[in-house]
Amino acid sequence: MAPQVFAANAAMGSMVRGTALVARDGFSARYDLDRIRGVFSRPDHLLAGQSYVGRVLVLDVAKGGVATAWMLHDMSARGVMPAALVLNRVNPIMVQGAALAGFTMMSGFDIDITQAVPNGATVEVDPTASPPSLRIVTESDDRASRHQTAKAAPIPVPAGVRRIG
Amino acid sequence: MRLNEEERAILAGAQGSARQWAIDHQLRVGRYLGASDFVPVSQAHIMADTESLGEAGVAWLERMAALPEPERRVRIPTITDPRGTDFAAAARLRQQDWMLALERRAIAAFEALGVLMTDTCINYQTIMPAVRGEHLAYGDTGVVIYSNSVLGARSNFEGGPSALSAGLTGRTPRYGYHLAEHRRANLLLRVERTPRALHEWGALGGLVGRLAGDYWRVPLLTGIDRVPNSDELKHFGAALASYGSVALFHMEGITPEAQRARDVADPGLPVTATITETDIRNFLAHYARGVETIDVVVFSAPQLSLIEMRQLAQCLDARRVKVPLLAVTSPQVKPDADRMGLTARIETAGGLVLAGMCFYQSYAREMAEANGWRHLASNSAKLTNILGGYGYRPVLLSMEACVEAACTGRVP
Repeated sequence: MAPQVFAANAAMGSMVRGTALVARDGFSARYDLDRIRGVFSRPDHLLAGQSYVGRVLVLDVAKGGVATAWMLHDMSARGVMPAALVLNRVNPIMVQGAALAGFTMMSGFDIDITQAVPNGATVEVDPTASPPSLRIVTESDDRASRHQTAKAAPIPVPAGVRRIG
Repeated sequence: MRLNEEERAILAGAQGSARQWAIDHQLRVGRYLGASDFVPVSQAHIMADTESLGEAGVAWLERMAALPEPERRVRIPTITDPRGTDFAAAARLRQQDWMLALERRAIAAFEALGVLMTDTCINYQTIMPAVRGEHLAYGDTGVVIYSNSVLGARSNFEGGPSALSAGLTGRTPRYGYHLAEHRRANLLLRVERTPRALHEWGALGGLVGRLAGDYWRVPLLTGIDRVPNSDELKHFGAALASYGSVALFHMEGITPEAQRARDVADPGLPVTATITETDIRNFLAHYARGVETIDVVVFSAPQLSLIEMRQLAQCLDARRVKVPLLAVTSPQVKPDADRMGLTARIETAGGLVLAGMCFYQSYAREMAEANGWRHLASNSAKLTNILGGYGYRPVLLSMEACVEAACTGRVP
């Protein structure tokens, strides 16, 4: 089977290869992480309780406030850091934080990247390629973990309304 | 990105290594986000509590602070967001010595850089409100969304490193909300019931934030039937920015760029949702579900205005709290609250008034562990949203209900 390659609109950092941790949920270092233990700690995050250390995080959208701009730098210094962050959509804070930390980040795909990359797959994230790209090297053997499922009910939004983002 | 002669010189190191680092950082950010050039900014606002900075971030600041003075001083008014403690009350919060030491080091570094230690997230109420069209580099989401939306200023979310960079270079990459085309609404929402209390404004902000979902959505709200005051828009905006990472909203007939919906929205923009009283009630109920007792009550995020301090003092008159009640305000409001007897009224009831910090930026996880706090009541939707990840089980209540919870230890 030909390797699957997904081109991104923007990226920074160096090429990394690692195991993908995938969910259609957001990312904020302050809101979502226990940065001491290196796990997702927000109870209603789809990855709650899972370690992010050394993983290529493939998530939907940058969330939350401005603290992540500092926190990625500190996480990197303490070695409690993902290998890379791949998002459908970024906010400026993620970009600023990745720039300070020298962190590999990639965003903006033609498809929903959280649906395209199987959880547990080995992926290669190459910001130096033209265009920047994510390549699935090998898929996970664990088909049951292909997509993360919700652990807690989301906060209600008005009935009958399509969630955006 | 196009650079002018001065910017090329800064990048070449002609103005020292601090400014050289700063403009290089800004270039990397600007290129990623599609900026074509820089825009001069008149103020910067730095979020830099030491829980976020960590030892590595403080050491990084100290290296910059050790540079020769002409190289390291910011060149535009540059102010700070809340710090990670109120030194006068740190022992009562059971914060640890290493936290205070880290805070002192960060403060010393910022002072060496020429930063004004305002330690506030309500600078738009207390320091120097922005002016419509003014380009800024602000670094607290609540400050950005209020300045953009209510005051008509122009800023993106500028995290600490980028806000400091703007302070050093006097400019920021021109992308996002510095550009008129990004300020147009792309999400139209109808509000059936205008909130009454601050926590309801926060709940509405949370609902809109959930619907918006990311930074590049600009909601336009119709149906708000009266002009909200500054505290109401403060809570609404802070929650909207927190839940949705949103940096700009419009309210038809209220915010300056949206006197008419068509001023900011295309005629064909569909109404995505109608937000009802039931939606707000369900939002509040979601947090209250299964929580009966309360360990701590916190008024913070954003810091309280003088008006909120008076409201709280009135609620606490002739009452006595049973569980800790923390009221967090700015260093600018605190002396007025002292002078007008508001601090004394709150503390006579057993509350604790804190200044210059914000609860979630002050080692909230460690405070929870040290004090045995898990069930927390607040009237701040922003605080409620953040603290789940810090191990709390927060409940969003009115100010009056929070005071009742503080006096009984139970959710009313």
